[in-house]
Amino acid sequence: MAEVTTAEASEEAHATSLGLSNEKLAMWTLLGSECLFFGALISAYLIYYTNYNGQPEISPALFDIPFTSVSTFVLLMSSLGMVLALSAIQRGDDRGFRIWILATAIMGSVFLSGQIYEFTVFVNEGMRLDTSPFTSSFYVMTGFHGIHVTVGVLMLITLWARSMTGKLTSEHSDVVENIGLYWHFVDIVWIVIFTAVYLVPYEQVGA
Amino acid sequence: MSDADDLEHADHPDSSQYIVIGIILAVFTAIEVAISFAAVPGEIAVPALIILTVLKFLLVVMWFMHLRFDSGWFRRLFVFGLGVALAIYAATISLMLYAGAATQA
Repeated sequence: MAEVTTAEASEEAHATSLGLSNEKLAMWTLLGSECLFFGALISAYLIYYTNYNGQPEISPALFDIPFTSVSTFVLLMSSLGMVLALSAIQRGDDRGFRIWILATAIMGSVFLSGQIYEFTVFVNEGMRLDTSPFTSSFYVMTGFHGIHVTVGVLMLITLWARSMTGKLTSEHSDVVENIGLYWHFVDIVWIVIFTAVYLVPYEQVGA
Repeated sequence: MSDADDLEHADHPDSSQYIVIGIILAVFTAIEVAISFAAVPGEIAVPALIILTVLKFLLVVMWFMHLRFDSGWFRRLFVFGLGVALAIYAATISLMLYAGAATQA
């Protein structure tokens, strides 16, 4: 009887006035605030790129667009891996979940490796964090995105490890869904950064 | 998983739909890169790149993040943050066009 009472109390404790998961609501609130965070960073980059001393401080040729395009493709495909992992665990397919979540973590790691390589090239070309406000804005924006990807990869690996030890099953698919939301957000931020930083020909915008 | 969660997930796309969305995202990215390499005039290239980026953004948010299928509360929270962020972009573009001197050395 005491157990039943405890279970009922637990059910009530999880009920919310909106009928929604508190954790999911918190994740969406976080993502809404993250829009502001990255919005400010991208805006600062755009201001300094186009206006600092009246001209861009680096040659667009420094950007290796084919290389970054591959990184972008890998990150996009990691989002696909994430939804397939979620779909698998919701179906109770633990093996499929482990394969897709590990694939997603590996793709995130490949993207991070590419970003580290790119930073190394830029620094060797004389584009350092303290070179100018423009270079600072570039490194802060892409660096914070990289930190978000790193945190995401760590969470994905944690999910994989918990699944391997039997601590994560279809009963906990809501946890996977919330971490998936975070991962997809990191992806959409890069979708915007990729276009704003690498693809848009600013010289022609001002022409 | 609770009954509410089951109901929440009932309308989610299946794996084949996710793969189709993934292929569309890859194709859009390929088109973006092709535009940036081709000798497309800026008046055409910039709007085309922005439109493709918005489409990719919406595909991920609406399908992969399930905003199309989930409660309207999640949508409102996200759209509020996104709306204020876009307002920051708008203010920035205004600064770039009309008050560039503020960032001169």
